[in-house]
Amino acid sequence: MSIEDYEVVIGLEVHCELSTKTKIFCSCPTEFGGEPNTHCCPICMAMPGTLPVLNEKVVEYAVKAGLATNCKISQNSKNDRKNYFYPDLPKAYQISQFDQPLCYEGKVEIEDENGEKKNIRILRIHIEEDAGKLNHDEYGRGSFVDLNRAGVPLIEVVSEPDLRSAEEAEKYLRKLKSIFEYIQVSDCKMQEGSLRADVNVSVRKKGAKEFGTRTEMKNMNSFRSIVRAIKYEAERQVEVIENGGIITQETLRWDDVSGKTFPMRDKEDAQDYRYFPDPDLVAIKLSDEYIENIRKNLPELPEVKKARYINDFELSEKAANFVTSSKYYSDIFDEATEKSKNPKAVSNWLMSDIARILNEKEEEADKIPFTGNELGELVELIDKGTISNSIGKKVLDELFENPKSPSKIIEEKGWVQISDEGAIKEVVLKIIENNPQSVEDYKGGKDKALGFLVGQAMKETKGKANPQMLNKLFIEELKK
Amino acid sequence: MEIYELTVHELVDKLEKKELTSEQIVKSYLKRIDEKEKDVQAFVTQSGEKTLEKAREIDSKREKGEKISNLAGIPIGIKDNMCTKGEKTTCSSKMLENFVSPYDATVIEKLNNEELISLGKLNMDEFAMGGSTEYSYFHPTHNPWNLNKVPGGSSGGSAAAVAANLVPWAIGSDTGGSIRQPSSLCGVVGLKPTYGLVSRYGLVAFASSLDQIGPITKDVEDSAILLNIIAGHDPKDSTSMNKEKKDYTKALVRDVKGLKIGLPKEFIGEGINEEVKEAILETAKKYEELGATVEECSLDIGKEALAVYYIIACAEASSNLGRFDGIRYGYRSEKFNNLREIYINSRTEGFGPEVKRRIMLGTYVLSSGYYDAYYKKAQKVRTVIRNEYQKLFEKYDLILTPTSPTVAFGIGEKSNNPLEMYLADICTVPVNIAGLPGMSIPVSVDKSGMPIGVQLVGKHFDEETIFRAAYTLEQEVKFRENYKPEFKK
Repeated sequence: MSIEDYEVVIGLEVHCELSTKTKIFCSCPTEFGGEPNTHCCPICMAMPGTLPVLNEKVVEYAVKAGLATNCKISQNSKNDRKNYFYPDLPKAYQISQFDQPLCYEGKVEIEDENGEKKNIRILRIHIEEDAGKLNHDEYGRGSFVDLNRAGVPLIEVVSEPDLRSAEEAEKYLRKLKSIFEYIQVSDCKMQEGSLRADVNVSVRKKGAKEFGTRTEMKNMNSFRSIVRAIKYEAERQVEVIENGGIITQETLRWDDVSGKTFPMRDKEDAQDYRYFPDPDLVAIKLSDEYIENIRKNLPELPEVKKARYINDFELSEKAANFVTSSKYYSDIFDEATEKSKNPKAVSNWLMSDIARILNEKEEEADKIPFTGNELGELVELIDKGTISNSIGKKVLDELFENPKSPSKIIEEKGWVQISDEGAIKEVVLKIIENNPQSVEDYKGGKDKALGFLVGQAMKETKGKANPQMLNKLFIEELKK
Repeated sequence: MEIYELTVHELVDKLEKKELTSEQIVKSYLKRIDEKEKDVQAFVTQSGEKTLEKAREIDSKREKGEKISNLAGIPIGIKDNMCTKGEKTTCSSKMLENFVSPYDATVIEKLNNEELISLGKLNMDEFAMGGSTEYSYFHPTHNPWNLNKVPGGSSGGSAAAVAANLVPWAIGSDTGGSIRQPSSLCGVVGLKPTYGLVSRYGLVAFASSLDQIGPITKDVEDSAILLNIIAGHDPKDSTSMNKEKKDYTKALVRDVKGLKIGLPKEFIGEGINEEVKEAILETAKKYEELGATVEECSLDIGKEALAVYYIIACAEASSNLGRFDGIRYGYRSEKFNNLREIYINSRTEGFGPEVKRRIMLGTYVLSSGYYDAYYKKAQKVRTVIRNEYQKLFEKYDLILTPTSPTVAFGIGEKSNNPLEMYLADICTVPVNIAGLPGMSIPVSVDKSGMPIGVQLVGKHFDEETIFRAAYTLEQEVKFRENYKPEFKK
């Protein structure tokens, strides 16, 4: 038997930092970065005698997230303490939710490998506080505790084990990310750790009813490593089973450098968290009215937006899919379309060149440095014939490096298209004179030679000549 | 009469009439502390001479006619589990022996707003766990009525200091009787307000769902004055109730006509000392003579309440005390090779035996497999206990019981028998479980001259009725006029 005879079963626990201005139980800023221990106060440092007070925005954001992922919302919920010792956890308990999560029984839709729609069920979404961070001294002088992140609000989104491949896991995660960006509950910046996932993987023979024993990889924070880790781990498990071994339920550490998983010397081995309701906080009770109000005010979700793009702008399904895959794309799209009135051109730029450049930089859409207005202007300049398409690509490169108004860029760089017939004719005549062989070829019926001559002219004008005009003049002159 | 013998309302009166200055008051107390503290040992940290400076400042403000609180310049003592910025808050534990809080508890802010002058931090059982103040890491406190007896606990330092006139009044905390029981044993007035009336922000937590801060005073009027200051909603404490502010001194009316008082027979039965029982019956008779109706009733919850209390309080404590891990503040063992050893050795060396006992008990009852049998069940029984009180309060305005089943016991007598020590809480613990207000008022002394207190328990947020009944009783009994601590050796 081989890997093809097995099915991978994946479940994700996605931790997503909410973008509230202040922390979940105190008024410290949630802002990323800052010198260690500068975004904290007696409360998030767990000084004796301090008490938590729940930030109501956190509840609102979590309910938003729940509604946007088709969850039911608990009208009666509470906070529980999860007790364990670790230096990044100053109270020695994390305030989380145990048996009454705010949101439960949701689903999001993805497309499977065959392009078929597939629902991934969400078991629950609960709110909790993030822990701090340990900075290990590189000279071995010990570890330093930084509590800036302690108390930053998180939602944990727990999926059912409905995912069947690394690609599906990636699609699901991208979908969640896109939804949370759209409803503006999180900036979902994976590099900053504001979106991270615990990945549960097991394998079973195709057709088997029982799940296999799962392993868990904690705190994964890039799509690429999640995909690699799932593939590696699935293969490893199949190999173990095929060799007559058994999988032990354990927590693994994915090492991106070696591309392997390793058992973690677990800080939580056989941990009993002794959950119990936090007596410092009161029960969370939500009225129908409160929930309905949030539902009414949800912004347009990607699915709806997609349909609208196809309908109103006649985008292809593929283009609409792509543009709505991230709020950052669709925001730029909306703005650029507003400016240029050319949605198709805008979506083409996003799908092809912009996506390619981001891919090369290994960055996500949130890292696009220019505005939709600037992209719109670029499209406009091309449509008006001020610059050629190929100059447009150069302008785009420039927008990534040094974003400013495209008209300013072409002015500074002297990239304005030459559309003056006299000037172009001069170039055409010069190229004809310098390339007698090609002229001969063209006249002898080799149409390809025209392309060469036009190319030479473009080179001469550093790409600025109006290509239509160039073509026209060459044909005219060569007929003479 | 010495200045330190006056109540706070008498001091305020004299300040207003310019018969006294704050400096004179503080001086009187400093001198008294100088004389008696070595016998009583009520303090962990004394504020000392710097309090005089503050007193003089306030005197000059008052002299100039600046707008200040009428309580400005009155001294006070603070139980050492309330965070005071810039000075030690030890909880009478080795763990926090040198801990200095970076912030003030809400109650401390309120006292500061009135410009009260803290004479120091008062001794207690370590982390408020105990009923005798013998579990203080530093030293036991002695009962001013008989120095060989305990002052009760855990606010034993506060109650003894008030009884010995080392402070005019004090702030204590009460999780299962820690204000009322020592008040009873020391012959002073102690009030545990309704859970949620006083902010817990800055009170080092023992059991969050039971802890409540309250006044320990020489008389009922002072209690009302101090409650006026410390009560009120605090946005920093989610469990503090947003209720309209009351003036409790308005409830100080010498009239109990028409009041209906329940006298649960279980609380004057087995296990209650005969003289204590007599004092309760005597009190009941007095109330009847004054026009109240006293009726025997049944409140058969003692045993269950004690069990529920030790499960819930220990469970919460085991979690609340997790933060004392030797990482950020507090005691850290010098003996460690890794993280695990920092935790284990710091906590093993930093906590005393009673605290460890309760952490272990609490950890056990929350463990998976035991949670349902203990913690969850205890929560259910807690509701039953609340309902039992509810039923009684449909008929009665107040419930009258002893505060403590016995008078003060000898130092060392029970400290090695935790179970017997736990029984000393049997009259007070149910009140915390139900979140009700309760006050201990001294009524008499036993044959050996040790004070006996009675407990009045009221409806949720009905401290007024307690004040009214206690005030009336106090006027009748004249305890302070009849009895004085003798510092027997």
